[in-house]
Amino acid sequence: MKHSVRVLEHQLLVYRRTWRGGLFTTFLAPVLFLLAMGLGLGTFVDQSAAGGMDGVSYLVFLAPGLLASQAMQTAAGEAMYPIMSAITWNRTFQSMISTPISAFHVVTGMSLWMIVRLAIVSTAFVIVMVIFRATDIPRGIAMIPVAILTGLAFALPIMSFTVTRKGDASFPAINRFIITPLFIFSGVFFPVSELPTFLQPIAYATPLWNGVSLARGIAIGTIDAPLAAANLAVILTWCAAGLFAAFRTFPRRLVQ
Amino acid sequence: MGQVSITPPEPLVLARGLTKRFGASTAVDAIDFEVAPGESFGFLGPNGAGKTTTMRMIGCVSPVTDGTLRVLGLDPATDGPRIRNRLGVVPQQDALDMELTVEENLIIYGRYFDLSYKEARTRARELLDFVQLTERARDQVEPLSGGMKRRLVIARGLINQPDLMLLDEPTTGLDPQARHLLWDRLYRLKQQGVSLILTTHYMDEAEQLCDRLVVMDHAKIVAEGSPRSLIEQYATREVLELRLRQEDMANLDGRLDGLAERIETLPDRLLLYTTDGDAAAIAVHERGLRPEQVLVRRSTLEDVFLRLTGRTLVE
Repeated sequence: MKHSVRVLEHQLLVYRRTWRGGLFTTFLAPVLFLLAMGLGLGTFVDQSAAGGMDGVSYLVFLAPGLLASQAMQTAAGEAMYPIMSAITWNRTFQSMISTPISAFHVVTGMSLWMIVRLAIVSTAFVIVMVIFRATDIPRGIAMIPVAILTGLAFALPIMSFTVTRKGDASFPAINRFIITPLFIFSGVFFPVSELPTFLQPIAYATPLWNGVSLARGIAIGTIDAPLAAANLAVILTWCAAGLFAAFRTFPRRLVQ
Repeated sequence: MGQVSITPPEPLVLARGLTKRFGASTAVDAIDFEVAPGESFGFLGPNGAGKTTTMRMIGCVSPVTDGTLRVLGLDPATDGPRIRNRLGVVPQQDALDMELTVEENLIIYGRYFDLSYKEARTRARELLDFVQLTERARDQVEPLSGGMKRRLVIARGLINQPDLMLLDEPTTGLDPQARHLLWDRLYRLKQQGVSLILTTHYMDEAEQLCDRLVVMDHAKIVAEGSPRSLIEQYATREVLELRLRQEDMANLDGRLDGLAERIETLPDRLLLYTTDGDAAAIAVHERGLRPEQVLVRRSTLEDVFLRLTGRTLVE
């Protein structure tokens, strides 16, 4: 545990030097999305025959989905270039493992860092949600762990993949063919039930849909235990599989 | 061997039949060596000889394929973290943190060894003084010169007050002035009793810093000894270097026979190994040869390497 915390300390020290650069996007992205989609597009949805979504305004429907997908995007971003940099260009991880720290601790320490990083962006997002009256403070706080877990379900598998690569050639494809389609088709903007039937099982298997479902359940107050448990099980399965993979790929790359 | 306690006469590093294979290729082929406490020990050899792989095995970041390796009396396979806790590592690539300042690079590295922030900061200050980087303490790492970065990496490797320092090509790519400053610092460490193991493909570096060295070529150790003893054993006291016109090179007709103990023919010159270079130079003239360039010098480890492998070190 001690050594994992040292790895986290390293990340926090670097973050202390670089957080200002990310501050703008951390808050600006949620503001812009909630303004444009939630309030702009939402006005049309709320005025339509349906009169909103699932019995609430489109803003309330949409915001939890955006929260979960921001966690996904942050996680994917952190698990690609920064990890590649630390293992190939800057060799930060190699420096770490020439001390009592082992490849195992690099994995656990970086997982802790992902949690901290996701907690920061999710909290920022929830603050913006509360300001826009898309949710209240207790529900907002309850959504933060959901967003962290959803992000982690992407961060861990992607980071385990990143360390098997020699360079960044595959990253644009991950964004284009995984992250962006999931963002659009995982129930963030409209229910997955509107998708063609054969696509629906795919959506249900992704961490993002399950995260959206959980967060939205909290936001609207329609959360029910069996569905929530299933959502959580899918997300945790992805986390566990990613962690297990990372425990194999990190040592294979670092200790050879 | 096999005992866990460390008593002074026990070698810091002991290798028997040490082997490393990557798939079908053998990077290190059953080498034997020992490094004694307080000793400064070198691996001399060209790129690809297996020096770095050996260093990585000693540094417990590369598992041994075959043979025995003991570092500080412990087995890297089972005691990696305990061994690494007492090593100072200067890798071939600096691997510094570009996002952090000079000082922060040392402090966070100290934290990896479980130093308190206070202790890490104190040691960082002392070490920056030692490597003459005090006035750059709060600067970013990126704009530092290659020599300064290298000195910072050495300071970083010393933060845990190691029993053994591993330096993989400490001065490769540096200009002569930066190299001499670095050698001076390493020499001081040696005088303070820090044991050093270094790899190099520069014979002058090996002669400056190593009490004893092994010459590696094609994954094997081809010779072992002090720089002086290796030169005495594999070369003569002096070398006469001759640069001849192309037609003379082609038509020597044995005119140099008997002038030296051994003659090496390089693409651009001849090396005559002899105890008295000046006398040999006069004899060359007496035999009617008019070289374009004549140089008498002392033998170096480069000559040893040439003798052992038939090739020059830096090609």
